[in-house]
Amino acid sequence: MGLFGRKRGSARSAKERLQLVLIHDRTDISPAVLEALKDDLIQAISRHVAIDPGAVRIGLERDGRSQRLVADIPLKPVARRRG
Amino acid sequence: MAAKVVTITSGKGGVGKTTAVANIAVGLAADGQRVVCIDGDVGLRNLDVVMGLENRIVYDLVDVIEGRCRLRQAMIRDRHLHGLYLIPAAQTRDKSAVSPSDMVRLCDELRAECDWILIDSPAGIERGFRNAIAPADEVIVITNPEVSAVRDADRVIGLLEAEEKGSPSLIINRLNPGMVRRHDMLSVDDVLDLLAVRLVGVVPEDEDVIVSTNRGVPVALDVKSKAGKAFRNIARRLRGEDVPFEDLDGGGFWERLTRLGRK
Repeated sequence: MGLFGRKRGSARSAKERLQLVLIHDRTDISPAVLEALKDDLIQAISRHVAIDPGAVRIGLERDGRSQRLVADIPLKPVARRRG
Repeated sequence: MAAKVVTITSGKGGVGKTTAVANIAVGLAADGQRVVCIDGDVGLRNLDVVMGLENRIVYDLVDVIEGRCRLRQAMIRDRHLHGLYLIPAAQTRDKSAVSPSDMVRLCDELRAECDWILIDSPAGIERGFRNAIAPADEVIVITNPEVSAVRDADRVIGLLEAEEKGSPSLIINRLNPGMVRRHDMLSVDDVLDLLAVRLVGVVPEDEDVIVSTNRGVPVALDVKSKAGKAFRNIARRLRGEDVPFEDLDGGGFWERLTRLGRK
């Protein structure tokens, strides 16, 4: 129940569910594959720069009929040595 | 004159492929175009009953392909419109009786005889679908504003792009404007946002479709029917006319204003 006691229109659920389903149908990348990819990315990047593994997000985004893999990898603040 | 071959497909069954083929064909033929419809659903033919021609069948698609008759003999003339013909599917055979190259050959032979060849694809993405799209110059995907139909449409669009058939255009069939206004049905904009293809028509849900199908008289012949008008407009758009889209989801002034406010 939303505001004014009116139930949220079901069209929004349909659209949100379809957005997720279509991305996976189109790419054939399962959540398990994404997880594995994320672990590999964290390992590779950690060899060069300091990152917080817990904050890394990886997902698929839609752009018209094409899909892209989007990773958000926050860097750890550099601990500058005091002079 | 060389005909344009247009295939109508959907992935999911029961969304209105056959109805769309019959009615777009009527729309084109009513404008004086010569149209041949081919029922590509070998084994589950239905275009004949929707067009009201089931009692006139002597030869079918497979008879032509296997050389038991000439192409002309399998073309059934419509009861209402001059220049409209049907090549029915065989009912007692299956999809494997036809190959994609058979369909290409058949359409190449037909091209000189008419302006449009409309192919009714079977549901699914297997042999029958492959046969139906093989000769197509243009593919139209038809869907309903409903999760399973949109999902299957997306799958078919992906397959067509992979086959290098180009990007198909889209018909949204059986849209219920009241439900869209109540936000209980995907709107035209929602479906276009999800599928990201070009729209060629929106057909409202209309009881006249069932009534006219019961009689074997395509609804596009009924000047009062909303669905009939939508199908005639699709035919005009196929001919390159710039026909404005009917405002079916209550996208009137206030609706657009509130939509703007939300952005």
